[in-house]
Amino acid sequence: MAVEHPTLELRGITKRFGALVANDHIDLEVRAGEIHCLLGENGAGKSTLMNVLYGLYHAEEGEILLDGAPQRFAGPGDAMHAGIGMVHQHFMLIPVFTVAENVLLGHERALGGLAGAKQKVREISQRFGFHIDPDARIEDLPVGVQQRVEIIKALSQDAKVLVFDEPTAVLTPQETDELMAIMQQLRDEGTAIVFITHKLREVRAIADRITVIRLGKVVGEASPQSSSTELASMMVGRPVELTVHKRPPVLTDNRLEVTGLTVLDAIGQKVVNDVSFTVQGGEVLCVAGVQGNGQTELTEAILGLQPRATGSIDLNGNELLGDSVREVLDAGVGFVPEDRKVDGLVGDFTIAENLMLDRYRGAPFVSAGTIDRGARDEFATEKLGAFDIRAQGIDTHVGTLSGGNQQKVVLARELGRPLSLFVASQPTRGLDVGSIEFVHSQIIATRDAGIPVIVVSTELDEVVGLADRIAVMYRGGVVGIVPADTSRDILGLMMAGERPAGIPAPTPSKGAAA
Amino acid sequence: MTAQQPTTQAPAQAETVELERAVVKHWKAPISYAVLTLVALLLTVVLGRDGSATLRLASSGDLFQLPDAVLPARATGIVIVILLAALTALSFWAAATARRLGVWLPIVFGVLFVVAFLTWAGAGSMIPIAGLLFATVGLSVPLILGAMGGVLSERAGVVNIAIEAQLLGGAFTGAVVASATGSTLVGVVAAMLASVLVSMVLAVFAIRYFVEQVIVGVVLNVLVAGLTNFFYSSVLTDNPALNSPVRLPKIPIPLLESIPLIGPALFKQTIIVYAMYVIVPLIAWGLFKTTWGLRLRAIGEHPMAADTVGIKVNRLRFWNVALAGAVAGLGGAYFTLDSNGSFTREMTAGLGYIALAAVIFGQWHPIKATLAALLFGFASALQQTLGAIGSPVPSEFMLMLPYVITLLAVAGFIGRSRPPAASGKPYVKQ
Amino acid sequence: MNDRPRDADDPMEPAAQQRPGGSPDSGVAPAVVHAPEAAEVAAPAVVVPTDDRRVEHEDPWGSAFRRIMGGNLVMAVLAIITSLVVGGILIAATDERVQETSGYFFARPGDTLAAAWDAVGGAYWALFQGSILNVSRADAGFAQLIKPLTDTLNFATPLIAAGLGVAIAFRVGLFNIGGRGQMLWAAAAAGWVGYSFALPPVLHVLVAIAAGIAAGAIWGGIAGAFKAYTGAHEVIVTIMLNFVALWFITWMLRTPGLLQNPGSNNPISPPMAETAVLPSIFGPPFILHWGFVLSVAAVIFCSWLINRSNIGFQFRAVGYNANAALNAGMDVKRLTVYAMLFAGGFMGLAGAQQVTGAVTTGFTSGIDAGIGFDAITVALLGGSTPWGTFFAGLLFGAFKAGGFRMQAAEGVPIDIILVVQSFIVLFIAAPPLVRAMFGLPQPGRKSRRQLRDEAAIADATKAKGAQS
Repeated sequence: MAVEHPTLELRGITKRFGALVANDHIDLEVRAGEIHCLLGENGAGKSTLMNVLYGLYHAEEGEILLDGAPQRFAGPGDAMHAGIGMVHQHFMLIPVFTVAENVLLGHERALGGLAGAKQKVREISQRFGFHIDPDARIEDLPVGVQQRVEIIKALSQDAKVLVFDEPTAVLTPQETDELMAIMQQLRDEGTAIVFITHKLREVRAIADRITVIRLGKVVGEASPQSSSTELASMMVGRPVELTVHKRPPVLTDNRLEVTGLTVLDAIGQKVVNDVSFTVQGGEVLCVAGVQGNGQTELTEAILGLQPRATGSIDLNGNELLGDSVREVLDAGVGFVPEDRKVDGLVGDFTIAENLMLDRYRGAPFVSAGTIDRGARDEFATEKLGAFDIRAQGIDTHVGTLSGGNQQKVVLARELGRPLSLFVASQPTRGLDVGSIEFVHSQIIATRDAGIPVIVVSTELDEVVGLADRIAVMYRGGVVGIVPADTSRDILGLMMAGERPAGIPAPTPSKGAAA
Repeated sequence: MTAQQPTTQAPAQAETVELERAVVKHWKAPISYAVLTLVALLLTVVLGRDGSATLRLASSGDLFQLPDAVLPARATGIVIVILLAALTALSFWAAATARRLGVWLPIVFGVLFVVAFLTWAGAGSMIPIAGLLFATVGLSVPLILGAMGGVLSERAGVVNIAIEAQLLGGAFTGAVVASATGSTLVGVVAAMLASVLVSMVLAVFAIRYFVEQVIVGVVLNVLVAGLTNFFYSSVLTDNPALNSPVRLPKIPIPLLESIPLIGPALFKQTIIVYAMYVIVPLIAWGLFKTTWGLRLRAIGEHPMAADTVGIKVNRLRFWNVALAGAVAGLGGAYFTLDSNGSFTREMTAGLGYIALAAVIFGQWHPIKATLAALLFGFASALQQTLGAIGSPVPSEFMLMLPYVITLLAVAGFIGRSRPPAASGKPYVKQ
Repeated sequence: MNDRPRDADDPMEPAAQQRPGGSPDSGVAPAVVHAPEAAEVAAPAVVVPTDDRRVEHEDPWGSAFRRIMGGNLVMAVLAIITSLVVGGILIAATDERVQETSGYFFARPGDTLAAAWDAVGGAYWALFQGSILNVSRADAGFAQLIKPLTDTLNFATPLIAAGLGVAIAFRVGLFNIGGRGQMLWAAAAAGWVGYSFALPPVLHVLVAIAAGIAAGAIWGGIAGAFKAYTGAHEVIVTIMLNFVALWFITWMLRTPGLLQNPGSNNPISPPMAETAVLPSIFGPPFILHWGFVLSVAAVIFCSWLINRSNIGFQFRAVGYNANAALNAGMDVKRLTVYAMLFAGGFMGLAGAQQVTGAVTTGFTSGIDAGIGFDAITVALLGGSTPWGTFFAGLLFGAFKAGGFRMQAAEGVPIDIILVVQSFIVLFIAAPPLVRAMFGLPQPGRKSRRQLRDEAAIADATKAKGAQS
């Protein structure tokens, strides 16, 4: 399909946020009938670029051309009219509306009212073999189906260019495969597709062209035949070494035994379904799985944050289930939450205050109901050095720190008291490579100190690097617990909910956990 | 990638399979019914009163005269308590088996409870039901229009605590402008415009300056009370001519006004009330059946999603909040141009807050909010009626009723109140 | 906003990665203000079923907080000046002489302006004399000269206490609009103790005030419990509880045998026993009573509570980020109740001061005198800090004291004070508006030059980083 002009062309797009240059003279070309991957780390500026393209942001410099004609987008409405459709990372769907209402919104006249929208939904569903009821409410639909509604929404506007912004983050490997099939079908129909991701395997599987961006700049184009290592080093800018150096585990008597743990959510769904496992002191159990398969709820249940949990969580003979968070922490559980800014830190507090956040009662920081500022500051100063937290001082507000330094504050706090269990959820999400190495070394040091460690991660590389054993979760249940040297293919299958031959089934709850 | 090709069949099914569910039982509703049944038992049996209550259903201009309903207090009470107990039991059974019952249950329960209460309170005297209904409508009009203002504004994503200010501003301006121009209709329009102005201040601070909307609302209530008091003291008291508008005439609708029981209450009213009859269904239809409504609800639920399909969120919010003001302003005009005839200090007396309560109890739905406002209006009308016949219940407790009901509603004991998701949150974009 | 709202990733990350390689010289990212609003609207569309033990991710008060905390003195002063100007315009507009002279404005505009100047100047001069120094009676002695100042302190007394009741709730992320109800219950309890018991002088008044504080705390705590255990919004709950309290107290006041003064047909309580009246600090002619000292003590206590105590630490943690507090083992629900107990307690002090200090001849259901709402403006102007609330209380106390004189001497209705007060809060809450009015630079919106400089610095830093 050689056309004179590419369907979409971006020239010298520059977007600044204050002192930060999120996009620095970015050029990009997408032709009809090709899938162009935009590869880059979290925060490299991919989403910003697409928001500029979609008219949500206004670029300071540069121009957007469609079929060779320069465009000016005052808002997303203009971009849509020009033929750009977007499948957003966080679905832009109104939960209490029906599918048809969501498709109709903003295009009431063009679609000819609700009846027209329903017709359109049926039409497109049929074309792609979706089974979607136009009258279903979005909030009642599973995530994968919601994404299809996003796609239908974009297609209902006859988009020439379709942008998929990190579409696989919320999908299982199976759903990912199906999505890719859809993307290929769209490509074959002549749509120009921009596929934004940081997952190398997906890029290599589907891309026709690859543009890598880093720190807001285009680093270069890569061929789909490039190896993962090549792509990764382009993406992060230096050869990455994700191997974690660790000695064989030395098991100790410390022991966490989870038996038959079931967690219900507010509407009664079993988000964690009869999970049993054991972690011993001196080993790391990694919980792998696609985001949203119950890992979050599992760790929260251990911490006492899930009210509707049944079963048993036994730490060295001490039943934790039913205890309050306070009691769990006092039992010696250290916890690194999945989202440090939401759950781990108080951004408006200083580093010193955050370091005593979960020790607000009694010694060493509180006496007679009053905070001992001397003891607090002394502790903070020590940890600032020990954990290499780069900040002006202990009075710096945590909200102004970089992600890596924020995570170090969390670690310094959680590892700063005597522990009998350490749980880390997505401990390196969104961190730079240097910080990742530091976090990993701290986790291994904790393990080597004889403490049972649970690490939840959606990144297979991290799981394989850290784990002594791997538990794979799918739809709330544990598919199986396998050794750390299990192949990625098998792990991938397990993440899709299948148990390949030779993998033992997890022990039923009534039996002895192993 | 290829190594991960699924080996099982029917992958498409995988995503439609829902997580396993456990049965969740809801006990709040049956417990609420049980408590109310106990209250009824306490009133009608334990504290039972002798004598009969005469419910006068007829009024003078009726097409045909309905006979009085004479209900022996104690016997009626016992029968109704038994019925209430049966309904409560039904509700417990439904909860235990995780079944859902229709909306008829709360309605039947409510009507029975009210009848039980009326016969108990009115034992030995006569209650003019037609008059009660007439008063109910009269007291409900500003509540309903205020609540519509609240519904529109909050559905668009702007919390409207300032209903009180909108009503008060409308009442004051309506009185002054109608007096000054001599035209009541001009007064009505001016009342609406004044209220729109209050709304616009709310909207500008909420949308443009991202000020916490509750703060703006509360401050606007104080500001408008202060302003109207100031002008009342400094201008109106010296110039009574500026505070003597010609009231709107009652326009009886032939035939309809003679329907027994409800005729006079509904069809012998002023233009404001008739306008309300049109406005409420219009809003309900518009919200759920038109493009305007679709977009309005969208910006109140998920403004960013609306933005991504090209809807100008903040502009739309601004104008809809202004529209909400216009509707509430009509309610304000009702005070000075219909029910009262002149402005007095802080004459809305907290009714704006009852309207807010109706919005919440009515789950941000125009029809339900109207019913809630009617219920609250009925409670105050009942309080007045019982006050006249010598009520066994202190009038203050009747006056408290709307607030207590709303407290129970927001606490989840009555119905489920979920506000529009983005209500109260400013929409900020780069 | 500076953030890229639709990216779930750490918004600090791009800043951190701006320094390439492993050569960060400082871990502090450039001040990227993370706006809570942006994060809220960016919340994923996927509806996560709510879990009542998890606190909502959104922090509805976050923005208000930041604004309240970030308010500086300059903005406060500008807001006050602007509001006084608005008040002046209203005074001039309703002045009869101004109206008369404006009839021939274009012929002799000087007359109108002079009249306006007289009206506004006279009113504000009366305001000053009524609240600070009574210059016109300076010859009557020092006591008469400074009496207005003590009147100001007198009016400020309940405003400060009630302001604390709003401020402390604010710090926990709660909006206490329930001052009226809490004060009414406090007044009823303190009043009842005050007139129905016979106790020794000092003890009696202290017991009465303690009863008031307890009653206010309970009514506040009920609101807190609604919020904590049912998830009901505290704004709605406190508003509704205000009216419930109002009607309940009204009923008690008109019911013989409860709070009604025996022999009276009006809804009014018996007068306080003399032992239950807060004595004047300086004696006649000054009316300033010891309640002011209690308010100062309350400020000191509140300051310790918020800034130094471990419960205050938890309060602030919950107010800033309830989820992190939950993860740190704090019992957010219980803290919510505690916070409203304290808030109601401070309101209760204000209510008790009213019956034991201001109106000792028997109280009615109007005893709260609008202080519950004034308290919101006091706390907002005071930036929700204890000492800020103190000074804001003094200012509004001065307005009240002066307002009465202004009404008596110049015939300007005291309601103008309410108007000025409301404008102050509106302006305080919207700094960009005030900045725009005074032509000050907007910090969020940078000037072209600032942007250019920043870009240059960023480029330089990057170049340096690339070399290393």
